Amino acid sequence: MMLEAALPSARRIAARLAEGLDRPLAAIAGLLVLVGLATLYSASYGTPARVSAQLGHLAVALAAMWVAAQLAPQTLMRLALPAYVAGLALLVAVALFGDVANGARRWLNIGIARFQPSEIMKLALPMMLAWYFHRRERAPRLADFAAAAAIAALPVALIARQPDLGTALLVAAAAFYVIFFAGIGWKLLVALAAGALAALPLLWGALHDYQRRRILTLLDPTLDPLGAGYHTIQSTIAVGSGGIAGKGWLRGTQAHLEFIPERHTEFIFAVYAEEFGLIGALVLLALYFALVARGLMIAANAATVFGRLLAAAISLMFFTYAFVNMGMVSGILPVVGVPLPFVSYGGTALVTLFVGVGILMSIQRYRTLVQT
Amino acid sequence: MRGAELKNPERELRRFQLRLGIAAAAVLAAFGLLAARFFYLQVVQHATYAAKAEENRISIVPIAPNRGLILDRNGVVLARNYSAYTLEIFPARVRDLEATIERLAEVVDIQAKDRARFRKLLAETRNAESLPIRTRLTDEEVARFAAQRFRFPGVEIKARLFRQYPFGEVASHVVGYIGRITARDQERLAELGMEANYRGTDFIGKSGIEASYQHELHGVTGFEQVEIDAAGRGIRTLARTPAQPGNNVTLTLDIRLQQVAEAAFGARRGALVALEPATGAVLALVSKPGFDPNLFVDGIDPHSWAELNASPDRPLNNRAIAGVYPPGSTFKPFMALAALELGKRTPKSAIHDPGYFIFGERRFRDSKPGGHGYVDLYKSIVVSSDTYYYQLANDMGIEAIAGFMAKLGLGARSGIDLEGEAAGVLPSPEWKMKRFRRPEQQKWYAGETISIGIGQGYNAYTPIQLAVATATLAANGDMYRPRLVSHIDNLRTGERRHLEPVLVRRLALREEHLEFVKRAMAGVNREGTGARAFAGAEYTSGGKTGTAQVIGIKQNEKYDEKRIAERLRDHSLFIAFAPLESPRIALMVIVENGGFGARAAAPIARTVLDYYLLGKLPPGLKATEEHEVEEGPD
Repeated sequence: MMLEAALPSARRIAARLAEGLDRPLAAIAGLLVLVGLATLYSASYGTPARVSAQLGHLAVALAAMWVAAQLAPQTLMRLALPAYVAGLALLVAVALFGDVANGARRWLNIGIARFQPSEIMKLALPMMLAWYFHRRERAPRLADFAAAAAIAALPVALIARQPDLGTALLVAAAAFYVIFFAGIGWKLLVALAAGALAALPLLWGALHDYQRRRILTLLDPTLDPLGAGYHTIQSTIAVGSGGIAGKGWLRGTQAHLEFIPERHTEFIFAVYAEEFGLIGALVLLALYFALVARGLMIAANAATVFGRLLAAAISLMFFTYAFVNMGMVSGILPVVGVPLPFVSYGGTALVTLFVGVGILMSIQRYRTLVQT
Repeated sequence: MRGAELKNPERELRRFQLRLGIAAAAVLAAFGLLAARFFYLQVVQHATYAAKAEENRISIVPIAPNRGLILDRNGVVLARNYSAYTLEIFPARVRDLEATIERLAEVVDIQAKDRARFRKLLAETRNAESLPIRTRLTDEEVARFAAQRFRFPGVEIKARLFRQYPFGEVASHVVGYIGRITARDQERLAELGMEANYRGTDFIGKSGIEASYQHELHGVTGFEQVEIDAAGRGIRTLARTPAQPGNNVTLTLDIRLQQVAEAAFGARRGALVALEPATGAVLALVSKPGFDPNLFVDGIDPHSWAELNASPDRPLNNRAIAGVYPPGSTFKPFMALAALELGKRTPKSAIHDPGYFIFGERRFRDSKPGGHGYVDLYKSIVVSSDTYYYQLANDMGIEAIAGFMAKLGLGARSGIDLEGEAAGVLPSPEWKMKRFRRPEQQKWYAGETISIGIGQGYNAYTPIQLAVATATLAANGDMYRPRLVSHIDNLRTGERRHLEPVLVRRLALREEHLEFVKRAMAGVNREGTGARAFAGAEYTSGGKTGTAQVIGIKQNEKYDEKRIAERLRDHSLFIAFAPLESPRIALMVIVENGGFGARAAAPIARTVLDYYLLGKLPPGLKATEEHEVEEGPD
């Protein structure tokens, strides 16, 4: 009796909760999360502790996504500057009082927990730049792109100094995407690319030893058989030995004999590709492509300059994370600390990613409302 | 340029959509690249990689190097390694630790203290693959466990090298001990960039030479490629880069002398430092009570740890370098030297000592009631007249005293190659200014200078500092940094590195002043306060007794030893060097709460000098201790 009464109302609450959530996006992200949980379960040899911890992270991330999806793009726009300034302040705080772990100063201890302020910048910087270009009355000129580059350079430099080169490059990529979609001229783009190439030797000089070693070991993994080279050698073997159909779920020998380092986090794709083979890998690629494509469609339909720039940048960020991670695991990119989006174990990244999804949903939801 | 151009929404949108298309194409191309790579790895090269994963189950296993030995100056081994079986648990592979330990207890003997230690290790260590639940298994236990191994996934028997300190408590503060690498140690290694070389190493020096020469003793980690079966157990070794063993560290310390000195202390607390004046080599360095470093080797059990930490005798404290004490009257020879050098006294300057010194309204009491009568500089040292030095300190002033004593190394770390040295306090107006907060406390009062003269007041030095000052005096002003290591041997190359003596400074002191002070110190041992302890000595020596107050006794109150609890009794001190003409050894002894310097500390100095110069063993020590040195306990 009670149950019968409760059921329809529960359904109504569910419908209410799902309101404004983009179904294709939700479905794709959901599938990716399922892939992640299954692989995580295998990578932990069937010990459910990590899986349940990840479920906890997921609950927080979904809540964050739901909140982001409820906000109107105008609200997000108003948040852009404060979020950017706050993120910048936190990065400075990290440089001054951050905790050192593994030789890098990345963490800020806020009493109850430690977190990496660079994570905030992954979204705050594209928001800030989208807001900047949105506010311009005229078509963006050279000076606007220079200003945008300056806005981006500050946090990127702070993150690179921690040192956390991987995150710095990802944040820089997000900034570049906004600038690209804002309409930077091709000639300027080519000139910048040439300049960046010319600056590479300088950058090499500024790298830390371990960062150089990682790039060198990409060229010859046997240089460092106990360190980064070992990661690449073992993950490549895992992927290659998976074959077309894979060894089957929970049957990956490379993973289960502990050959794959960081098999819950950065290298989880090696476990997946070993157990599900080429078919599984292609399915995963297809899922990521669908995610990016859906994001770009949302960008195409977005109502405002802010919305379309932000949506396009976030979509390409998803692509970048997935590409860099899988490229690193399969041995064509250097080992940098980038998790596989929606799949790797870890709470912070999951929250950031789902907030990104939530923002896409918000932009999609309000695509027509402002046109009046 | 089309700078002032206004927004053209239509055109911009088209342009944006074009770029979206370009982006989509780029994404597709990049994913295509990945797909091609996957195809290459998983289809084209599949056979190769499958073979690698299948037959080529190679694990790279680090090989921890053997830790170097620590030897005394005559090659007697003070720290060595032995091999033993341990029963180890891989926490990551065990679901229910408690239940597993319960079941293990049915097979091998596991006591409460083993469990407590295991829990402590589990809490302290990070990234450790396996942790010992039992160490030093008997052959029978090994056999019993091997038969039931199938019942215990995630539990293995390992043969490991263990550290052993054959002399136990003797020289425990010098040799130190090793312990498991904790999360903190790991962070420090990471900061030094040494993580890779410590992969596979479980232990690290925590104190003494084991800590200060950690990187010499450790060696270079090797690694081997091991083929493992489907269950992850090693089958055979395919390739091997052997580890390079750590270097052997040979000390300047003479363990027999150390034994003699420690035995001379008996159950009393205190410290002794004996140096070679011409080189700064440490011959003996005692801190009593000691502790058994063997307790720490496989992780100290919480009970023993609590006991060591809670003991009021503070056995883990290295008093010789970290204990600070007022020097008492052992300060007087240095004061006399300062007075001569600065022209404040001549050997002939004499006073009348009535048994007290009046400064303003205060009366500074002499330890001898009634005083020593007519006292010149020589007699002031031999009979240890307080009144003479009250007056001298007042005449010299605190700045002059502090300036001279600083040159002798007092109040500054000696730089000995051990961690945890204390700086002590060389009192001066500047020091007071820094030490205190309130303005009325910061001011230096002239009355405070008076008791500085007899080594009391704010004076607070470590035994090693006083030993260095004595050695500097003995070496006519050449001050060497005290050091414990004579040479380091690389076993692989056979190369031997000698650690050369380090001359800290050469004090420009007039020879006749040095000779005078030394002669007065010889007088102490011949006819003065040290005469009884040195009666019948077959060598010449210089010495000075000292008695340092633990609590302030009002200057006009009589000191009654019996009424004061043992812990509040005066410390007994003695400094000495011998032979007088060309000193081969300089030392400093302190016996905590030992009372008069002549009574407790001087006889210990005599015993040590007798052994070092004449090879004379005190009765009672001969039979047992020497045997121990020859045989070396197991």
